[in-house]
Amino acid sequence: MAWFKRSKSNIEGSSTKREVADGAWLKCDHCGEMMHQSQLGAALYTCIHCDASFRVSAKQYIDILLDEGSFKEADRKMTATDPLKFRDSKAYADRLEATVRSTGMFDAMRSGMGKIKDVPVSIAVMDFGFIGGSMGSVVGEKIARAVDRAIKNKCGLIIVSASGGARMMEGAFSLMQMAKTSARLTLLHDAGLPYISIMLDPTTGGVTASFAMLGDFNIAEPKALIGFAGPRVIKQTIGRDLPEGFQRAEFLLEKGFLDLVVPRREMRDTVARLLVHATAA
Amino acid sequence: MAKTVLEFERPIIELEQKIEEMRRVIDDLDLHDEIDALEKRVNDLRASVYGNLTRWQKVQLARHPDRPYTLDYIKHMTTDFVELHGDRFHGDDHAIVGGFAKLDGKSVMIIGQQKGRDTKSNLFRNFGMANPEGYRKALRLMGLAAKFNRPVITLIDTPGAYPGLEAEERGQAEAIARNLFEMTRLPVPIIIVIIGEGASGGALGIGVGDRVLMLENTWYNVISPESCSSILWRSWDYKEQAAEALKLTAPDLLAQGIIDRIIPEPLGGAHRNHVEAALLLKTALIEELKPLRAMKPDQLRRNRIKKFGQMGEFNT
Ligand SMILES: [Zn+2]
Repeated sequence: MAWFKRSKSNIEGSSTKREVADGAWLKCDHCGEMMHQSQLGAALYTCIHCDASFRVSAKQYIDILLDEGSFKEADRKMTATDPLKFRDSKAYADRLEATVRSTGMFDAMRSGMGKIKDVPVSIAVMDFGFIGGSMGSVVGEKIARAVDRAIKNKCGLIIVSASGGARMMEGAFSLMQMAKTSARLTLLHDAGLPYISIMLDPTTGGVTASFAMLGDFNIAEPKALIGFAGPRVIKQTIGRDLPEGFQRAEFLLEKGFLDLVVPRREMRDTVARLLVHATAA
Repeated sequence: MAKTVLEFERPIIELEQKIEEMRRVIDDLDLHDEIDALEKRVNDLRASVYGNLTRWQKVQLARHPDRPYTLDYIKHMTTDFVELHGDRFHGDDHAIVGGFAKLDGKSVMIIGQQKGRDTKSNLFRNFGMANPEGYRKALRLMGLAAKFNRPVITLIDTPGAYPGLEAEERGQAEAIARNLFEMTRLPVPIIIVIIGEGASGGALGIGVGDRVLMLENTWYNVISPESCSSILWRSWDYKEQAAEALKLTAPDLLAQGIIDRIIPEPLGGAHRNHVEAALLLKTALIEELKPLRAMKPDQLRRNRIKKFGQMGEFNT
């Protein structure tokens, strides 16, 4: 849940910019190779040397997956209330307001209907840039509605996760979103419709331990960090260093919790193929 | 029975001990008036201390090392308990116990996290922190309950799912997620009771059901006050503030519409009288089970989806 620490691989992060003198060259965290910013768009914001994915916004990921111009956003302006009047060093209400202003988003997820190679889908995509992609009441409700839309339109559901876990400023409400989303997914299952869960870097905590792990197809991007407990907590618990590659997508594939690890540039084709297998007559 | 005494319990316990001593010598001396006065003082003190506990103090009570744990409740509430072991895949997780028992003469499946009372038993129980095989054992036992058409009662008491290396390797997240999904679909009634600590996904992993009850001095939330302090305040020193901010007590969760009912505890807390605490819980469970037994599987499933679907606050 360490959303306050900006990752160096976040291309929008200030740390990357500071590292790079003229602002146009980026260094990949995974392989250490350099690339020019102008190369990123064509590579769908992945490393041109090693396929590692940089973090992108929900909108960017929607553009990567869906047919151009097909996305019809729902509930765009759904916002979190502050039911607990939560305050730590900062009031949650102020934090929300500042984040809405700086990101132009209203919460950590965008959702709606769209098409992938002409096949309609209900889609919901998390955005790590909004309070660490944390799941509060808005994310939970958007997922519930995305499930309902899939059932109503008799189409597949795609949820793209990128999250540090539950949003603790919503206390027990945020915990209950795990139950709410998982419970709603049973309806999709009973309707015989496919659910494709795509996990981006990072997907941890209550998001992994609820809807993200419940896909008919669990897919992750290469090297994405995926787990329940964060690496720092595990390291503290066991008192030794974690093995190389621990909790990375390839590790989860090896342990049997993912169907596929798919590079970003092949994600759209892979999803399209699965949708056809699972829904076409 | 109270072997461990919390700071705010001390004046009460001391007065109680004094009264006890005076009673012992009562035949020799005329101490009736003095005892009456002390009794009144201790009653006033109890009312003011237990009526004004801070959220952090309630967390301390919820963790009281003399509190009844799952197996204590099973012992005092039920008969004919047969503990069942193992997930049939990896092993038997001692942090989660479960089996068939008779409550009020009827068979039920009882499952709960189990803490230890001393270093040795706490190591054996892993401090009530389950590994994936614990959640999978719980799900297997719920499957048996479904097969034999018995209701399920889960007793939650955990500082969280175990954040270990092997737990991740064996899919801690998947195990919890699977339980949330399958508990929604279970065709028999499920009653959830928070009997101590209800920390995060590790608690919720056996926490989806038709009715959710909390004992009076327990807490249930997305994160422990200590961890919340370390993340949001970046220091371990703000646990009291974090407990206040999280609003994690039974009255808080009732007001938030997340739980259905608060079960009273014996005066001073469940640790002061295990038998009475178990009786209070048993009475509530019998009441709550009655209407649920009459419901059809589809009705139970629909209601669960609706119940948890209503949780959350947002503006559209
Ligand atoms: Zn690279």
